[in-house]
Amino acid sequence: MFENLQDKLQGVFDQLNRRGRLSEADVDKALREVRLALLEADVNFKVVKSLVGRVRERAVGVEVSKTITPGQQVIKIVHEELLATLGDAAPLNMGGGSPRVVMLVGLQGSGKTTTAAKLALHLRKSKHTPLLVAADTRRPAAIEQLKVLGRQLDIPVYTEDASVPPPKICANAVKAAKSGANSVVILDTAGRLQIDEELMDELSQIKANTHPQEILLVADAMTGQEAVRVAQGFHDRVDLTGLILTKIDGDARGGAAISIREVTGVPIKFLGTGEKVSELEVFHPDRLASRILGMGDVLTLIERAEEMLDEEVAERGAKKLLEGNFNLEDFLEQLHQVKRMGPLGKVMDMIPGMGEITKSISQEDMENSLKRTQAIISSMTTYERRNPKVLNGSRRRRIAKGSGTTVQDVNQLIAQFRQMQKMMKRLKNPRFQKNLMSMFGGGGFKGF
Amino acid sequence: MFNFGFGSKKIKESLTRTRNSVFGQITTLFGGNEITEELWDDLEALLIQADVGVETTLELLETVRGRVSSEGITKPLDAQRVLKEEMLKLLEGYAPSVIDKQRILTVVLVVGVNGSGKTTTIAKLSKFYRQQGKSVVLAAADTFRAAAIDQLKIWGERAGASVIAHQPNADPGAVVFDAIKSGLARKADIVIIDTAGRLHTKFNLMRELEKLRGIARKQVHAAPHETLLVLDATTGQNAVSQAKHFKDTVEITGVVLTKLDGTAKGGVVFAIGKTLGVPVRFVGVGEGIDDLMPFDAQAFVDGLFDE
Repeated sequence: MFENLQDKLQGVFDQLNRRGRLSEADVDKALREVRLALLEADVNFKVVKSLVGRVRERAVGVEVSKTITPGQQVIKIVHEELLATLGDAAPLNMGGGSPRVVMLVGLQGSGKTTTAAKLALHLRKSKHTPLLVAADTRRPAAIEQLKVLGRQLDIPVYTEDASVPPPKICANAVKAAKSGANSVVILDTAGRLQIDEELMDELSQIKANTHPQEILLVADAMTGQEAVRVAQGFHDRVDLTGLILTKIDGDARGGAAISIREVTGVPIKFLGTGEKVSELEVFHPDRLASRILGMGDVLTLIERAEEMLDEEVAERGAKKLLEGNFNLEDFLEQLHQVKRMGPLGKVMDMIPGMGEITKSISQEDMENSLKRTQAIISSMTTYERRNPKVLNGSRRRRIAKGSGTTVQDVNQLIAQFRQMQKMMKRLKNPRFQKNLMSMFGGGGFKGF
Repeated sequence: MFNFGFGSKKIKESLTRTRNSVFGQITTLFGGNEITEELWDDLEALLIQADVGVETTLELLETVRGRVSSEGITKPLDAQRVLKEEMLKLLEGYAPSVIDKQRILTVVLVVGVNGSGKTTTIAKLSKFYRQQGKSVVLAAADTFRAAAIDQLKIWGERAGASVIAHQPNADPGAVVFDAIKSGLARKADIVIIDTAGRLHTKFNLMRELEKLRGIARKQVHAAPHETLLVLDATTGQNAVSQAKHFKDTVEITGVVLTKLDGTAKGGVVFAIGKTLGVPVRFVGVGEGIDDLMPFDAQAFVDGLFDE
């Protein structure tokens, strides 16, 4: 659905003279694309407006250097502005005497309880002795959920009966932490709407009772335009000190982070990157900026590969390749692996610079050829897959019929496979292997 | 037709809030004497701010502008009528939900990303069907999230539905199997399956949902009869990706739009309707067990515009 912003800008500037300064008209044309990309990434409309304004001011009249294209020039400025808006990663404020209090606030379902457990684990790793406090008395079984998480991590959880008002529970918990020698108290509050006066009052009371060092807004990375109003609402009532962006492991671009930063000015402290309690990451502004712009995200690609690919299968394939007895069965197995990474086009999008290339090949064609190959191999018997030599005319006709393809398709696949096998045989040659090694080791990639 | 009790008041309140926020301004926008370029620009801004999405907004405006000029419309109020009609087109025209159809046992599968409100929605659905005199069995197939089973049990008790549950971390497929078996044995009307929240990009977790479908299908003909995607109204354009992925793997037949009692309006359902053709079935408008209502496209769009 999204086109890479870089590709789009390239398109705009291709029609322009590459030399001289960026004119106002050039910049405006480019900024239209920037605006759309940011809106698609869920950056708030008004925030986009001010951001684009700042970029415009900086971009007009800039000398286009010889080494980069005007498109890249504009991207660079946008990227810098995004980085400036996102700010640097900030650690938790752990100053002051024991116990420090960290209060988590946010809408329902943003991930407060899971984040509370993650934070506790993170703090324990840095020699703190955290106490989790179940201050969500509203959602059924929320207290139980925190208890279970605490048990799993072997971190104490302070609970009281759900009938006790949360401000009182929190005050008692801080007292308990003092006598129990806990260095940090993490308050897991109930999810609430920023317009719910009664519940926002409750937050103010909790704050007054516990004097938190940190009041962190836990926000879902998938949040849309609403992010601004939510952040503003919480900031007005309790003065946030930071933000934790959760569920960043999906495919949301996370434009909400920009919106929230812009309206509150509080730093982004952590990113929630998965369901496991260990999956809490320190925030990297550059990664998020690239993601919001829809630019290549190699790191995400690597992470996905790690998650999806079955290491054993990949290794088995590589070993067989080197041994030269890679057959069609192994080939099919490796194809399955590639498919697990998701739609090919999406995988390609994550590789910087691939946008241009994939444009010339239809993604549908790629997917289709992959599907066809799979169908053909699947229509072979196990014996045929292991011994492609036996594939005579009549077998090929049967396979074509079974896979809904033509004999030509089958022939083509077998020819390609033979070609591959030949390559493999050469690979097997010790002399070639030695050459290969030296190429990768000492000589760099000159050979390519 | 249905008694929403406390719910209907909430719905009205939530729609009032809508009018006062983003969509309310649309009515003000059309209050002038002539259709200006500025009006279109402002309209575009407002729609985008309601999470309708750039692409859908631009296409919607193009259609409306085209009709305004070809039909010779000069009054802003008439242009507003056209806009309403076009917005409605994106949301209606779908076959009604098949949950109410007579069959031996109706199976409803509920899916969604983490924190969208699946468990609460199931509680509300249970209450909704209990009030119609139907017997409801809940399958606690979210065996992953800590205390999710307890949460469903508490809701089940409040709604008057029986809950079939296994131990935490048990195989969700086994839970589904037992719940349907139990539903058949006790001649229940509906089995609603609560699944663990999962991001739509997690391949293995999506495959697990496919498996759950298979288990349901083997026990009851054509089950699950309805697969509902629970969508948080505060979600932005990522909702389209969610709906697409869930549609591809488990053929969702409808959307439940939750948390509509805030200021977020879930404008992204227009984009979902346009690009995927998946209808909204219910809306959630509060934390109470009665805060659910069947989605009425006409009322939804009207509510956004009426004074």
